[in-house]
Amino acid sequence: MIALLIRDLRLAMRAGGGFGLSLAFFLIVVVLVPFGVGPEMSLLSRIAPGILWVGALLACLLSLDRIFALDYEDGSLDLLATSPLPAEGIVTVKAIAHWLTTGLPLVVIAPVLGILLGLPQQGYFWIVLSLLLGTPALSVIGTFGAALTVGIKRGGLLLSLLVLPLYVPTLIYGAELARRGTQGLETGTPLLMLAGITCAVTALLPFASAAVLRINLR
Amino acid sequence: MSLQVSNLSVSRGGRTLLEGVTFDVDTGHALILRGPNGLGKTTLLRTLAGLQKPEAGTVHLPEEDAVYAGHLDGIKATLTVRENLMFWARVFGTQSIDRALRTFDLSDLLDRSGGMLSAGQKRRLGLARLMVTGRKFWMLDEPTVSLDQASVAQFADMIRAHLASGGSAIMATHIDLGLGADVRVLDLSAFRATTPKLHASEEAFL
Amino acid sequence: MSLWQYANPVKFLHLSGKIVPTLAVLSALSLVISLYWGFFLTPDDYKQGATVKIIYIHVPSALVAINAWFMMLVTSLIWLVRRHHVSVLASKAASYVGVVMTLVALITGAFWGQPMWGTWWAWDPRLTSFLILFLFYLGYIALWAGIDDPDTAADLTSVLCIVGSVFAVLSRYAVNFWNQGLHQGASLSLDKEEHVSDVFYFPLLLAIAGFVLLFIVLTLVGTRTEIRQRRARALLARSKG
Repeated sequence: MIALLIRDLRLAMRAGGGFGLSLAFFLIVVVLVPFGVGPEMSLLSRIAPGILWVGALLACLLSLDRIFALDYEDGSLDLLATSPLPAEGIVTVKAIAHWLTTGLPLVVIAPVLGILLGLPQQGYFWIVLSLLLGTPALSVIGTFGAALTVGIKRGGLLLSLLVLPLYVPTLIYGAELARRGTQGLETGTPLLMLAGITCAVTALLPFASAAVLRINLR
Repeated sequence: MSLQVSNLSVSRGGRTLLEGVTFDVDTGHALILRGPNGLGKTTLLRTLAGLQKPEAGTVHLPEEDAVYAGHLDGIKATLTVRENLMFWARVFGTQSIDRALRTFDLSDLLDRSGGMLSAGQKRRLGLARLMVTGRKFWMLDEPTVSLDQASVAQFADMIRAHLASGGSAIMATHIDLGLGADVRVLDLSAFRATTPKLHASEEAFL
Repeated sequence: MSLWQYANPVKFLHLSGKIVPTLAVLSALSLVISLYWGFFLTPDDYKQGATVKIIYIHVPSALVAINAWFMMLVTSLIWLVRRHHVSVLASKAASYVGVVMTLVALITGAFWGQPMWGTWWAWDPRLTSFLILFLFYLGYIALWAGIDDPDTAADLTSVLCIVGSVFAVLSRYAVNFWNQGLHQGASLSLDKEEHVSDVFYFPLLLAIAGFVLLFIVLTLVGTRTEIRQRRARALLARSKG
């Protein structure tokens, strides 16, 4: 399992691995928003947590179809499926690798982009905390979507359609946590709910992902 | 007794291709599957490998004993030959890749990235993977495609060595490898499903 | 004799062929009567005027929209556990009816909301939940359309339906937390305080019966079509040999 994780991380870092792509996409989304809504700093700083969350979510979405599609095309997925690794292990490792190469960098870069949006001082802690808690759920849910569409040619758009509604609860609690924290409101409920969602999907969803992966490989 | 297949039916795309397939492969022996294209050799091998469920019949194969190699070698273009091979060695919990490298003359290519290999070199790397898995039972689908004559000979040597060390193999190939007495040839045409034969899930609608 | 014998596609075709016409007539009758009753024989509401009458379409369609998904959840589970083709095809057929009902509920809601709340749309929890439900339906239908092999499609859409149901419930809570809304209380609650008055209640009940019957009829017809398609496919495969 560790070997698979190392391989996936290595692949992501090498040329064409798409490591920087989602970061660049996140940057572009955040840069484009002020062009769309106007440069007024008070408005931007008010909606900054939401923009950062939506941007991170879209950047995450963009990279999902790489999770299984490449391994499927070159035959590695068949070989992995017949290897000693259980399918549940494979999908979990894939989700972890996706989080390490996409989610974590997004968390790190989010405060920097917060500056562009005039995020208030106390918001930085909350945006990092909420993304840190929420992005693992995005990766795990996304892995389920990727496993679901792995056999479909040009399934990228379908993948987005399937995954977006599944992202709604995570987005609501995550963005709400960041917003409330930034405004100095009570944060207990969204914090617990967000952490709860991440724990629950990490514990349960790999079984569903593994099941659909097996269905797709047969 | 290494592999026992009895009364196996396999299907693809809603149609039963082969039925009543029955054979054994003992340790130290190999079985070569023959038959025209589209008969169901690949489907049979995928079923034996556990990638799809048999339509009917049983497959007895000691768990944790088999390794499958399909049409594609699963080589990552951006990883070097060593990294590609080491990855599979770790997945299967073995450490040494030296013997596999020597058998297939890959030592010189060790640090070349997978994307720079020719089709034949890729195939050799794919076959070398079998050796690093340490598994006893090999299931090979057209293993000699894009190999030159020298490589085919290397492959035959590898199979002979594998059988001699108590391994066994089942492969679909049209080439005569000259493997000798330990090898049986099975013509699958005999098991072609009698037409018209539909998958049970299609049958349900009639 | 067990209920499962009707899970045989051929038997199902036979039985459903017999009951569909009756159900269709019943559905049409109850819809015509209830809508006529509701539109022309009930008084205008003292607050909401004539706009209240959209309730006879809005509430039943919303009810069917949710319960159609619930039915899909049950039939998907039956498929995954017992591998009855009729079950999963019924799920597929119900999804088409469900998505239209969701859309009808959303649109009639907008028409009702405009004069009442002064807006076509608000990010009210119920409205938002329905929009999310709509997206789930779209995803489910798109996944069916995206996969060639019918059994693979059946398996994958069933898993999606089950996982989606869990997330739909989660979304419902999340949305409630996110915004406490404008929408009035339940039209059909047992709590007398909240409940609509009897004058509207009986035609509404009849309209709901009509919509439920309509859903059943359309789903049965849809399932029959899906079964026939599979049957045609199987026959074609057989004749080609």
